[in-house]
Amino acid sequence: MAILELRDLTKRFGETVAVDRFTLSVEKGEFVSLLGPSGCGKTTTLQMIAGFETPSGGAIHLNGRDLAKIPARSRGLGIVFQTYALFPHMTVEENVGFGLEMRKVPAAERKKRIAATLDLVHLSHLSGRYPRQMSGGQRQRVALARALVIEPELLLLDEPLSNLDAKLREEMQLELRRIQQEAGVTTLLVTHDQSEAMALSDRIAVMQGGRLVQEATPFDAYDRPTNGFVSSFLGKSNAIDAHVESVGADGTVLRCGDLRLNGPAHGEAAGPVLISLRPERIEFCGEGDGVVAGRVTERIFLGDQWLFKVDTSLGEILVMRRNSGRREPDVGETVHLAWQAEHLRILAVETAA
Amino acid sequence: MTRNSLFAKLFSLIFAIFMLAPLVVVVGVAFTPEGFLEFPPSGISLRWFWAILDNPDFIDAAIMSLQLGVASATIATVICVPAALAIGGGRFAGRDALQALFLSPLTVPTVVLGIAFLRFLSMLGLNGTFGGLVFCHVVIVVPFVLRLVLASVTGLDPSIARAATSLGAGGWTVFRRITLPAIVPGIVGGWVLAFITSFDELTVTVFIVNPATTTLPVKLFSHITQTTDPLVASVSTVAILFTVALMLIVDRLYGLDRLLIGEGSR
Amino acid sequence: MTSARPWLLSAPALVIFAVMLLTPLVMTAVLSFNSFDFYGGIKPTFGFQNYADVLSDSYFYEIFLRTFLIALATTVIAALIGTPQAYFLLRMHPFWRSLMILVVLGPLLISVVVRTLGWAILLGNNGVINDALRSIGLIERPLKMMYTSGGIVLALVHVMVPFMILAVWAALQRQDPATEKAAESLGARPATVFRRIVLPQAMPGILSGSLIVFSLSASAFATPAILGGRRVKVVSTTVYDEFLNTLNWPLGAAIAVILLVSVLAIMVAWNKLVEKRFAGVFE
Repeated sequence: MAILELRDLTKRFGETVAVDRFTLSVEKGEFVSLLGPSGCGKTTTLQMIAGFETPSGGAIHLNGRDLAKIPARSRGLGIVFQTYALFPHMTVEENVGFGLEMRKVPAAERKKRIAATLDLVHLSHLSGRYPRQMSGGQRQRVALARALVIEPELLLLDEPLSNLDAKLREEMQLELRRIQQEAGVTTLLVTHDQSEAMALSDRIAVMQGGRLVQEATPFDAYDRPTNGFVSSFLGKSNAIDAHVESVGADGTVLRCGDLRLNGPAHGEAAGPVLISLRPERIEFCGEGDGVVAGRVTERIFLGDQWLFKVDTSLGEILVMRRNSGRREPDVGETVHLAWQAEHLRILAVETAA
Repeated sequence: MTRNSLFAKLFSLIFAIFMLAPLVVVVGVAFTPEGFLEFPPSGISLRWFWAILDNPDFIDAAIMSLQLGVASATIATVICVPAALAIGGGRFAGRDALQALFLSPLTVPTVVLGIAFLRFLSMLGLNGTFGGLVFCHVVIVVPFVLRLVLASVTGLDPSIARAATSLGAGGWTVFRRITLPAIVPGIVGGWVLAFITSFDELTVTVFIVNPATTTLPVKLFSHITQTTDPLVASVSTVAILFTVALMLIVDRLYGLDRLLIGEGSR
Repeated sequence: MTSARPWLLSAPALVIFAVMLLTPLVMTAVLSFNSFDFYGGIKPTFGFQNYADVLSDSYFYEIFLRTFLIALATTVIAALIGTPQAYFLLRMHPFWRSLMILVVLGPLLISVVVRTLGWAILLGNNGVINDALRSIGLIERPLKMMYTSGGIVLALVHVMVPFMILAVWAALQRQDPATEKAAESLGARPATVFRRIVLPQAMPGILSGSLIVFSLSASAFATPAILGGRRVKVVSTTVYDEFLNTLNWPLGAAIAVILLVSVLAIMVAWNKLVEKRFAGVFE
């Protein structure tokens, strides 16, 4: 059963359309991410759900209730803000208890629920501290506890990890997922960080220019992007312009300059298309087996991986190799690249985007 | 964020009326054709504005205030810029004490400053002289200049000056080409605030002027405490208009809130 | 960087302050220990007679008490008006806000003498307020507002409230606007948001603003001199009279030194209190 339903949600600021007929439904217990670059309308969408912005059109339903006439304070949503928005003059305990106080929960029960929630986020030992005396990661947990303690029907996370440094961010991703699953709360995350969205969510909704461009599981969104924007926004990708030459039952033949490539079966009958090919699906091989040859122009060591830039007749191709301790090609070396036809993704060329 | 309630709007309106009322009545009274203070005026007349011309005392006092303001603001600025560079430039022993000293005229009650200056100047035989007045006013306005210049000095990224040095600029060149242009807004703002403070100063000045060096606020004050005729209102109106004009220019150039809060709030 | 450089840069200002501020203040302190008689003038004696005179005379007690009560009332009223006004200012549409800033801060730049003249015209027995009240039949005899402490407080609030608004506003601007949204999302009504979230965060500004307003009000001169005259004397007008009318400078200096010391003592105590209260909560 869908807990949250957004139907044709639209927000205009004067002439500009920030959110354009956005439709999405979130199931009970699900973790869904709104992913997109800044200015794509994801934050405005969240603000409308929270009740801080009024939609210009469309509807928001939470558990069957229409939220249009319900003020932010009565929506009962748990929100974790980008800046955490902790009350600086209250201790951790008072911060977490504030929502319960507003709900007139009796003191004894309030105490119990605060303790249980602080336990969930592993902060029981810091309940008397003020926000200023805590680290970024700890403040993050307080914000989460404050939002969770009211047992919201929906938890909204607004770029919750963007103020943390890289290492802490990874730790908190795992924590966030654990806490969300333990609390069993339906969650909507707004983020511009594709790795965060993939690591955390059951489903990703990718937004571009105020519109929903793809809604899929993280694996599908990465593996089967519906357009060039999604393929380049999620992870690294090689984008190659090509033409469909013929479509057969067992695959598509594509022409790309002088080269002829085989790709998987695809609906496009003819005309220009965009090929997307993930760098980690490309292998170095012997001279005879390669699809295309090229010269290594750059080689970057990333620890667990090697990243190569290879100059080929298809243009510059990125190749990602796992660091297995073997010798890898040097800059200037000629290499031959191979991949399996099924790893090519054939995408429609975007019209005016 | 226009989420103010009706109550908030009403509150703000009443507050604005409260703030403007005394100024409005002063301006209104100045236009009366009668020989006494009346508001609202029974007619519109420039009689009391022409009367200013027959009272050269007021004009002399205004000229004295202008000269005093320009001289004290300029001297205060000239001594405050290096002091602000020193205080804002980094830690050194005695820095906090130095800053506290330069800001202390703000915490000492003005009436105490007034009698202190009176005692000092009369012992030197300089009481009522223009030079004596100027240096007293310098002390009074230094805190205002220092705060603004200091705010722009501390707002400077110290690595900018280091970058210039690394590119081969000498100390004087760094100051002239990098530091000074960056703190000019603070200096201009500080000068203007100092000028206005000096121009409006009464409590200290009333102790240390003589009839030849009377300033406009002192002249107005002594006139008001003796008689209240519409002449004080018309002189005040001219002063208000002068201040409003200055204020609008400053607001365009620098921002009134930045000038008065003394930190980059925009 | 040599350690002499900052001192060289500050030298001109330091010399002027040493000559023009420290010396006069020390001389005033010394003066307060001298004696005075009507025929011989100031005598370079040393004694506590002036302090004893001031501290043992109920006339001066009354003046000091009145001065501090006026300052206290002005501070409380300025805080009660200035705090909500600063909050409303923050939430205003930018156009109205810039207009309101002119209204709030503009009077600061206009001479206190001019502003007090306005209040004299408003508050007089035949002033604007009494005329208006009489013409609508609300009162028969004029309300006495000139030459009263109440009138002085009213005009002082007008002079001081911009300082309060500036201080509160600065504190409110340091607040994360999302805290208000967070409280709202947790179920707080607007009044609760103001009382529980905004007010505590504005408190450091209210406290520092109160300190400024109190010390300026306690030593205000023009407003009580014009609106109170000889009838409602405060410390600063008393000092003025001692110096320029009675010419008993040593006594005037003693009164001034007591004012200076008590204002400084109140400021130090207040700062200590504030630091203790907010240690750890705000930086």
